[in-house]
Order: sequence, then structure tokens, then C-alpha cells
Amino acid sequence: MDIYSKPIAFAVLAVVVILVGTVVTMFIPLFMPATQPPGDFVKPYTAVELEGRDIYIREGCNNCHTQTVRPLRTEVARYGEYSKPQEFAYDRPFLWGSRRTGPDLNRVGGKYPDSWHYQHMDNPQAMFQQSNMPAYRWLAQARLDTSYTAKKVAALGYGYSPQDVQRQLDDFRARVTAVDYPSKEIRNKVTPGALKGDLTELDALVAYLQKLGKDVKTVAAEASAPKAAEAAAALKNPYEGNRESIEEGKKLFAENCSVCHGADAKGKLGPDLTTKKKKFGDTDGDLYASIAKGRPGGMPDWEKTLGSEKIWKVIAYLRGIEGKQ
Amino acid sequence: MKSNGYDDSVVTGFTFSALFWLIIGLLVGLLIAAQMFLPALNLAPWLAFGRLRVIHTNGLGFGFGLAGIFACTYYMLQRLTRTPVAFPRLAKFHLYFFNACIALAALSLFAGMNTSKEYAELEWPLDVLIVVMWVIFAINVFGTLLKKREGQMYISLWYIVAMTVAVAVLYIVNNLEVPVSWFKSYSLYAGANDANVEWWYGHNVVGSVFTFPILAMFYYFLPKSVNIPIYSHRLSIISFWSLVFAYLWTGAHHLMFTPLPEWIQTVAIAFSIFMIAPSWGSVVNGYYTMQGNWDRMRSNYLAKFFIFGITFYGLQTIQGPTQGLRTLTSFFHYTDWVIGHVHMGTMGWVTMIISASFYYMVPKVFATEVYSVKLANLHFWLILVGQLLFTITLWIAGIQQGAMWKATNEDGSLTYSFLEAVAAMYPYWKIRFVGGLIYFAGIAVFTYNLIMTVRKAKVAAPAAVPRPA
Repeated sequence: MDIYSKPIAFAVLAVVVILVGTVVTMFIPLFMPATQPPGDFVKPYTAVELEGRDIYIREGCNNCHTQTVRPLRTEVARYGEYSKPQEFAYDRPFLWGSRRTGPDLNRVGGKYPDSWHYQHMDNPQAMFQQSNMPAYRWLAQARLDTSYTAKKVAALGYGYSPQDVQRQLDDFRARVTAVDYPSKEIRNKVTPGALKGDLTELDALVAYLQKLGKDVKTVAAEASAPKAAEAAAALKNPYEGNRESIEEGKKLFAENCSVCHGADAKGKLGPDLTTKKKKFGDTDGDLYASIAKGRPGGMPDWEKTLGSEKIWKVIAYLRGIEGKQ
Repeated sequence: MKSNGYDDSVVTGFTFSALFWLIIGLLVGLLIAAQMFLPALNLAPWLAFGRLRVIHTNGLGFGFGLAGIFACTYYMLQRLTRTPVAFPRLAKFHLYFFNACIALAALSLFAGMNTSKEYAELEWPLDVLIVVMWVIFAINVFGTLLKKREGQMYISLWYIVAMTVAVAVLYIVNNLEVPVSWFKSYSLYAGANDANVEWWYGHNVVGSVFTFPILAMFYYFLPKSVNIPIYSHRLSIISFWSLVFAYLWTGAHHLMFTPLPEWIQTVAIAFSIFMIAPSWGSVVNGYYTMQGNWDRMRSNYLAKFFIFGITFYGLQTIQGPTQGLRTLTSFFHYTDWVIGHVHMGTMGWVTMIISASFYYMVPKVFATEVYSVKLANLHFWLILVGQLLFTITLWIAGIQQGAMWKATNEDGSLTYSFLEAVAAMYPYWKIRFVGGLIYFAGIAVFTYNLIMTVRKAKVAAPAAVPRPA
């Protein structure tokens, strides 16, 4: 029997040969719970977050941003806790990406305040001159289309009723259009007048970005909060008053902190740091904890990227300029 | 042609469709290469990098790549079976339908209809059209094979059959999705499963489109061009079966250190390393075919294209498996190194082989000689230099970027912010753009040369213009 003269038999054999690896590495894992384990700490996307995710997909953000932190030391230092399979149980499609032209986003949720994102999407180069991120101004100028939201949620089986979906949309609109919304000023700046009271595509995208990694962070924060507070209270700055260190701290501040706190530290997206009274406590330990571990409402944690020495130098610099005016 | 009874009108149609999509895809590529260092070029929603990159990959992979493959397949299929294409009118329809699909695909991607799964970005209505298009193609492949007047199927036909069945399985399984409207759907699979299915597809569609049919061209057109039979039939049998077997195990090397179960990653590495053997089986077969006739590299411009092409294939298939190893992937993955790797395959291997196949095929179809061997040589050197400048620059860029991401200070903190690592890439991205420009110039020469070849034939002998048999 000569397979090379019988095209149909040849094709059948080729399919069988192709299917061996397919079945072992792709088909069987689909039915192994360990491939995509469910996790009780991960919550499905809300209706707004889901719409934001669809905008992320539509604009092809995954072409430049990954969403998996690998279990490598420097990667965990840069982005945070490495990605767990449970986190992706609701991700259809997955958005792990394949290229980091921009940074990984799997832990970006809660890292910055909403205002940071509104401003960054409007004009990334105004915040980071060397960035090659495109501006996504048009997202703030487009009303969020919610005509398919209920249908989408139903297709994904998130278990919300159409009323739930409507309530989530209404609640979210109420939140971002409220007078006391912390990022109101910048949202109003980038959103055209007619849409100020409405949900825009950018609102949804920011909601989605703020969700990324949030569930994992909540678990981690609950576990480590009391210990960290205790340890921080006892700390003292080894560089206090050291002129060289203050100079270095000034440089570090300009590079890392001025985007949000302003070049003069008088506050922009983040609070004014030149006052003696600080938002989260005034001792060296409090300041160290604020910078190292981050604070709710948009202060990122810097311990793993900057390290403790540099943080103390920044504090030494801040001590030198506080209460001057 | 009338004289031999073969229907080559569809060969010509697909050849020039391929050239058209090649030019479009490269222009988009040049624009996004410039956007990397000039973000102000993201002029409108439909001209932003996130949408254009997908048009670049789909336009070249499926617009240019598939059209070139269809052109060469219809040519080789008829000659290797000594049978005219089984359904010439269906083949004609295939040509128009294919181009309509690609045009619609480009428009939908411009509009942001995008499933986000790499090389499978098209939304579900287009997926359905693509599957119909593929079935039409398969009917002609198998229809012609069943009517064949040649007893044995030559190596090239094995690869064509493998492509025909593999692409069908891959495309359908990976694109299973739940529609919510005409313009939006969600993947059937979630999270790690979706990733695993996607890269099983993503890796193997590259294999089935950029390896199987290109090898088919290589095994057919190299011996034809240099007029020497292939060195070893037995080696080609071993290469073929081990290649199609091992390919399908390796997709997860795109997912190293992700939350995908570790055993799938490890199996993928093992098979990736194994893949060097069948890949080099074809490389060696090509080199040994030239044994004793290496002077043809100087005298026969087609030999140059084929041998350089297969050499890039050989380099590609060593680089690929090694960069999948855990230590190296932890350094190189997500950097421009990988972009360099991909472009050696596409700009080196795939385009060189398709170029030479067209140079062989088009003059034969029109019973003429190529318009200018000099221009063909210019084309060769331009795309070679352009490609090398492009890929080597990105490899160096990838090494620097990987090192900057991993650099730490004495206290374990990170030496460079992400932005510093971006800023360090700008010189490389500019050089890459220049590499792309040189390459584009080569393709412009290629297109001109083929258009002039056809023109010359039409002027010399209007009767030689092919008509359906």
C-alpha cells in the first residue's frame, strides 16, 4: 500500500499525525480543572468594566501591553505579585499579550488615581516626555454605547440580570459625575461639555484598568497590613540632614514623583508635600510606609522599584522643603 | 496555457493579488515602525498603532502570504498531477472571493472589529467567510489530486495537503466564539485555556502557512530552477512526517512563565528542540542538491534566492527553539528580539522563496523570459540588506531592553524605570525603520520587474496571454 499515491488516505494520515500533539497539549488540558482553576477571591467584571475591556480589545491595547507578571524577581519588583491562573477565570478572550512596548498592566488597578489615567490617555507625553504611547483623546469624546451590555453579560454568564446591569451602569455614572468625585477636575477637562453628565468610553476604560489585579491586591493587603504598620512606626531616617543625600533625593523626586506631586512638590494629582501636616501621618515611619507600601486612592508602592535607601533620600529631601512657605 | 491544457489565469491573478497586498502590508508596516518613535503619527482612531499592527500582520500573513501560496499551489498542483485544475470556474471564484475577504478583513480591522487573538483577530462573520474560502480551495486541491494522471505525489504535494487540512482544523477550533452582535463575539474558552488554544493556533498557523507551503515551493521550484533533482527523497519523507508531527506540540513555548500549567510549557520546549532536526532535514536536502554546482549561486539568480531563503529558514529554526528555553525566554520574551526573529522568517525565508517562485512561474506562464535579471538581482540585494539591518538591529535592541528590565542595584531595587528602557530603544527603532525602507524599495523593484515581464510578453505575442483552458 503506497500512501504517496492516494491523496485521501494521505490526508487522513496527516490529520491523525497532526492531532496527536493537539489532543495531548491542547484538547485534554481543556478538561483538566488545573488548567484554568476557579478562584473564590476573583470577582467577574462589572458591566462597566466589561465595556471598558471591550474598548481595550477594540483599540488593540494588547498589541503593546501584556497582562501577565512572570514569577521572576525583577518582574515582581517592577509590577507586583506574579499572575495566578485563577485571576483569568472570567477572561474571554485572555489578554496576556506577547510584546511589552509599554509596561505590563496586570497589576495596574489601584496603582494610580483615576485622574492619572484621564490625564495620561489625553496626553501621555505631557506626563512622560519620552513615552511613545499614543494619545487616546477620542475615547473621552465618545459616549459609551451600552445597547449590547446586557446581552454581553448574558453571553459571558456573569449572572447579572438586565436590572443589575442597568443599576451598575447608573451607579457608575453617578460616581464619576458626582460633585465629590476625586478626579472630577481632570475628567471635566478632557470630557466635552455635552458628555460631562454621561458615561464616556474613557470612563469605562479607566474602570477596567482600575480593576486589573485589584482582587489579588485586596487579598495581599489584608494579609500584611497590621505587620507593616507596626514595623513602620519604629523607623528613623538614616540620611536626615545629609546634604549629599538631600541632593540625590531631589533628583529622585524629579524623576519619579513630580509627575503626580508637581515639580515643586506642591501637589497635582497627588497631595501637596510641602506642608508639615501630611495626609497619612508625619513621622519618618509614616512617610516611609506611604512611599514604600503605597496608600489607597492612588499612591503606588515604591519599595521594590526604588529600594529603601532611595526612599529615605527622598524623605530627607522632603523634610528639607516642608513648612518653608 | 492552451497548449498544455493548464489553467494559469488564476495563477496570474493570485500572483498580482499577492503583490498588491504585499505593498499595502509593507506601507502599513512602515507607518507603524515610524509610530514607534513618533507617537504623534497616531493621527486618528483607525490610524492608531493598536489597530494598524493587526492590519500589518493580517495583511502580509494572509493577504500577501496566502495569495502567494494559492498562486504557487495552483501552478504546482496542475504540473505535479499533470492534470488541469479540477474546477476552473471555482478557482476563478476563489480568486475574487479571496480578495473580497481580505479587503473586508482590512476594513473591519480599521473599524476596530477585533477579537484580540493574534493572527485570528477577525470577527466571526469574517471567520465564516474565511472558512468558506478555504473549503473552496480544498475542493480544488483534492478534486485535482483525485483526477491526477501522475501516479506518485511529489514532496510538494504532501506539504500542500498538510497545509490544507491543518489550517482548517486550526482556524475553526481557535475561532469558536459566542456572538453577541454582527460585530462582536467572545471566545468560547476562558483565561489559561484560551491562551493555550490561541498559541496552539498561533504557532501552528505560522507553521502551516509560513512553513508547509513555502517548503512545497522550495522542493518544487529549486530543482526546477537549477535543473537538478532533489538530493534525497528518503530524507524528505523523514523531514515531512517528523515536522508535521512535532509542530503541533510546541505552541506553549509562546507562553513560558505564564500561569499555563508548567507541564505543557515543558513539553513544548522539548518538542521545540526536537524540531531542529526535521527543519534542518529540508535545509540539508537543499544544500546537498546544490552539491558540485555551487557556482550556480553566481550564474543563476534564482538559486541565490532559494539558497539564501532556506538558510534563513535554517537560522530561524535554530533561533526559535533556543529562545524558547526557560533561561533565554525569561530574558528575551516581550522584547524586540522576538520581533526580529519573526521578521527573519517573513522577510528572509518566506518572501525570498515566494519571490523566486514568482520569477520562475510568471515567465513560464507567459512563455517569455523575466524582464530584467539585473533588476531581480537588485531586488535580491535590497531585501537582503533591508532584512538584515531590520532584524539584527532588533536583536541588539532586545538584548539591551532585556538587560535593562533585569538590572538591579546592590540593594535589589531596579536600576532602570520602564520609561528609561523605552527611551533607550529610540535609536534602534529609527534604524529599523530605515531597514524597512530599504526592504520596501526591493519589493517595489520586484513588483515593477514582474509587471514589465507580463507587459513584454503581451506586446511580443498577444496570443500568449493565458486563457482558461
